[in-house]
Amino acid sequence: MGALMVIFSLQPKQRRKTTDSVEDELELSAVRHRPEGLEQLEAQTRFSRKELQILYRGFKNECPSGVVNEETFKDIYSQFFPQGDASTYAHFLFNAFDTDHNGSVSFEDFVMGLSILLRGTVQEKLNWAFNLYDINKDGYITKEEMLDIMKAIYDMMGKCTYPVLKEETPRQHVEVFFQKMDKNKDGVVTIDEFIDCCQNDENIMRSMHLFENVL
Amino acid sequence: MATGVAAWLPFARAAAIGWMPVANCPMPVAPRDNSKKQDELIILNVSGRRFQTWRTTLDRYPDTLLGSSEKDFFYNEETKEYFFDRDPDAFRSILNFYRTGKLHYPRHECISAYDEELTFFGIIPEIIGDCCYEEYKDRKRENLERLQDDQEENKDMKIPNMNFRETMWRAFENPHTSTMALVFYYVTGFFIAISVITNVVETVPCGSTANQKDMPCGERYTVAFFCMDTACVMIFTVEYLMRLFAAPSRYRFMRSVMSIIDVVAILPYYIGLVMTNNEDVSGAFVTLRVFRVFRIFKFSRHSQGLRILGYTLKSCASELGFLLFSLTMAIIIFATVMFYAEKGSSSSKFTSIPASFWYTIVTMTTLGYGDMVPKTIAGKIFGSICSLSGVLVIALPVPVIVSNFSRIYHQNQRADKRRAQKKARLARIRIAKSGSANAFLQSKHNGLLNELLELTGTEEEEHKLTKSISLLESQHHHLLHCLEKTTHLRTQQWDLSDLVTLTQMTANSSNNQQLKAHEFVDEQLFEQNCLETALQTFPSRSPSVSDHDSPVGGCCGRRERKNNPLPNTSLLTAHPIPTHQGPLQELSAIHIQSGDPLSHTASRSNLNLKTGDSSKINCKGGRITTAIISLPTPPALTPDGDGLHGPPQRRPPPPPGNPPPPASRPRRAQLASTLSKSRLCNSLADRSNSAGERKRRRRREEEEEEAGNTRMTDASCLLLQGQRRES
Repeated sequence: MGALMVIFSLQPKQRRKTTDSVEDELELSAVRHRPEGLEQLEAQTRFSRKELQILYRGFKNECPSGVVNEETFKDIYSQFFPQGDASTYAHFLFNAFDTDHNGSVSFEDFVMGLSILLRGTVQEKLNWAFNLYDINKDGYITKEEMLDIMKAIYDMMGKCTYPVLKEETPRQHVEVFFQKMDKNKDGVVTIDEFIDCCQNDENIMRSMHLFENVL
Repeated sequence: MATGVAAWLPFARAAAIGWMPVANCPMPVAPRDNSKKQDELIILNVSGRRFQTWRTTLDRYPDTLLGSSEKDFFYNEETKEYFFDRDPDAFRSILNFYRTGKLHYPRHECISAYDEELTFFGIIPEIIGDCCYEEYKDRKRENLERLQDDQEENKDMKIPNMNFRETMWRAFENPHTSTMALVFYYVTGFFIAISVITNVVETVPCGSTANQKDMPCGERYTVAFFCMDTACVMIFTVEYLMRLFAAPSRYRFMRSVMSIIDVVAILPYYIGLVMTNNEDVSGAFVTLRVFRVFRIFKFSRHSQGLRILGYTLKSCASELGFLLFSLTMAIIIFATVMFYAEKGSSSSKFTSIPASFWYTIVTMTTLGYGDMVPKTIAGKIFGSICSLSGVLVIALPVPVIVSNFSRIYHQNQRADKRRAQKKARLARIRIAKSGSANAFLQSKHNGLLNELLELTGTEEEEHKLTKSISLLESQHHHLLHCLEKTTHLRTQQWDLSDLVTLTQMTANSSNNQQLKAHEFVDEQLFEQNCLETALQTFPSRSPSVSDHDSPVGGCCGRRERKNNPLPNTSLLTAHPIPTHQGPLQELSAIHIQSGDPLSHTASRSNLNLKTGDSSKINCKGGRITTAIISLPTPPALTPDGDGLHGPPQRRPPPPPGNPPPPASRPRRAQLASTLSKSRLCNSLADRSNSAGERKRRRRREEEEEEAGNTRMTDASCLLLQGQRRES
């Protein structure tokens, strides 16, 4: 049912895109995007009306045009990590939020991602995390993908760390991760392995609930 | 952190879930957001214009006024809004800063006003966005320069306690500061001109003498020229030494350009003195004489335009250097080309490349003397190219230099204009200030009048006289009053014409007088301790007045009053009006007397009794005397109980009974006497007043004398009324 609603809500957008292609081209210079109604979003996400209002106001303030492109996304995210370089990780995040892979994160994408992260079940959250790590979205996390993610995370820390960041640290971290996660030792981590392993890990479980009262 | 960042923080924190599976160790506990208050709208009322924003918007920058609890100071409980008494236009950009994270500088805004607003709201100007930062910085720099200019102007103001050296230096640097400086300025200018003219005329051939052919004047009138030269050099030397003495930093002065010019101007003479008439050395000596022409540069101290020119050249050094360099390049190129082009032709003047330099320079600057001309075709072609390129090369840097000069010149002009305007502006400010000082005195006078008005109770008079003095003004005047009290000094200028009006006022009395007088007196009593020393003349005055009361017998009342020195003088001294004029103080005295608080009873007549023999006071004469005295000295009327109790009309009804004429006659007599007495009083008071004021007062008294007759009838009526009441 929820899926049907999502499909129905998504379709008008797409229909809009195909029929208004000419206008879209004209508007390329000034991309405007209006989100769906508050009610629909309320139905789709687990946020209350007020929360959606607050989220939208902040969103629109930073991105007056209504969509976030990757550059803006990186800028915004980098402001939270002034000492390091958050652009790589932001890139992965962007891909994780941009569910329809159209190069821009609209308010719907944004809010749905947040809904999962803040109000979703542990399963959903882990799913989302797996999606984040799986860069090419093929259902498997390889060591290279994980290494990229790890390097991106460590980049955010910056150069001035204690102890000093060494070259092998991300690699070692990836090794640890794979040792933990990769049960059948086939070099990749599947979604089930991931979820199983995380659910068995106390720390991870606890930390999943860390940001529940964010909004 | 920028704006929207605060709004995106939930997102960033949520995204942190992406790290969780990767982490090896437990995460720290998240801070609880206990203040789960709803985001509320805040109303900011800036001078009437209402701005509304979310509270969280303002909370984005907690180190500013609006973002911190400092805004609570501006909270208006009744209207539930924050009220700021500031410019709403400037506030727009400040609020936009909270909204968008970028601070913009509106171009139409005055830079200092904007800076003030920023400082008020606790925002540092450095965060102005890049789009507006250049403009802001430029405007700020201009403003600073202008302020510096003004400060330099202030330096011209006389700094007190300058020692001789500093005065001299200031005189040298700024000839307009004193007459001596101006004289010095012109004298030195004159001698510079003389010296230059002498140098020039020296070389002009004067008529030939009998035995020799034409020789320059210098050689003909050697002695004269030598004397002239010596005189000039004396003056210059003295000037230089004086400047050296007066300079605040001698080392720096000696290194300055002007002093070097001075030295160079006078050195040749001394060197000439020292050197003997040696033949081989005289050649060098002659060369040195050339340096005498440098004296003309001393004129730059006298001419601003010359200084500007020099400054321009200095500031355009790079352009000049470019000009020189490019010219040199072109000269060398074209000289080489011309040399080789003309090499073939016979009897060519282009003997070498350096010889061709001359031709190139003359051609490039389009002088074209014609002493060297190319003869070959190639030479002519290249010559024409040379002249065309010369025009271009020289024309390029010149506009830059010209524009620099123009800018500096106009800047200077603007500075001069500002200086002139500033003088006018300061003059206007001075007038305004003195106006306000006058307003103070005026208000004091008015304050007294108002008191009297309340005593007299005439409403129309009240309306006429009551100037609308605002609360602020009255408080300010009270402050000045207190200062007067503290310092035992007073401000001057009580106008006698005002006393005339005072008389009129006191002539119309009302029932309220008594009470009001009491209040008035209270005030005086309160202040009396401060001014006791000031009114020593009073005791002397009163006898003079009372003496003249004697003919009618009413003086005894006065004398009685005199015999009560304490209430008299002390109360007299208590009068706040800062004048030394007798009449006014008599007013106060009489007021105070009547309102003697020590044994104050309701009846005015009782008061009178207290101050003197009842019998004496009862006598008509006494009151009449008082009344008479009051005419030139208006206050005199008021202590009269009759006057005080009179009806609040201009013309009280003629009193029945006692015949006015007999009363009026002695009154008139006494009027004359008291008028003269008041003159005497005034003369006594004149110890502290200027002669001019004296004359003014006398003139006014004469006027009052004429006017007094009509008032006399009023007074007499009042007196008679009072008499009636007493009896």
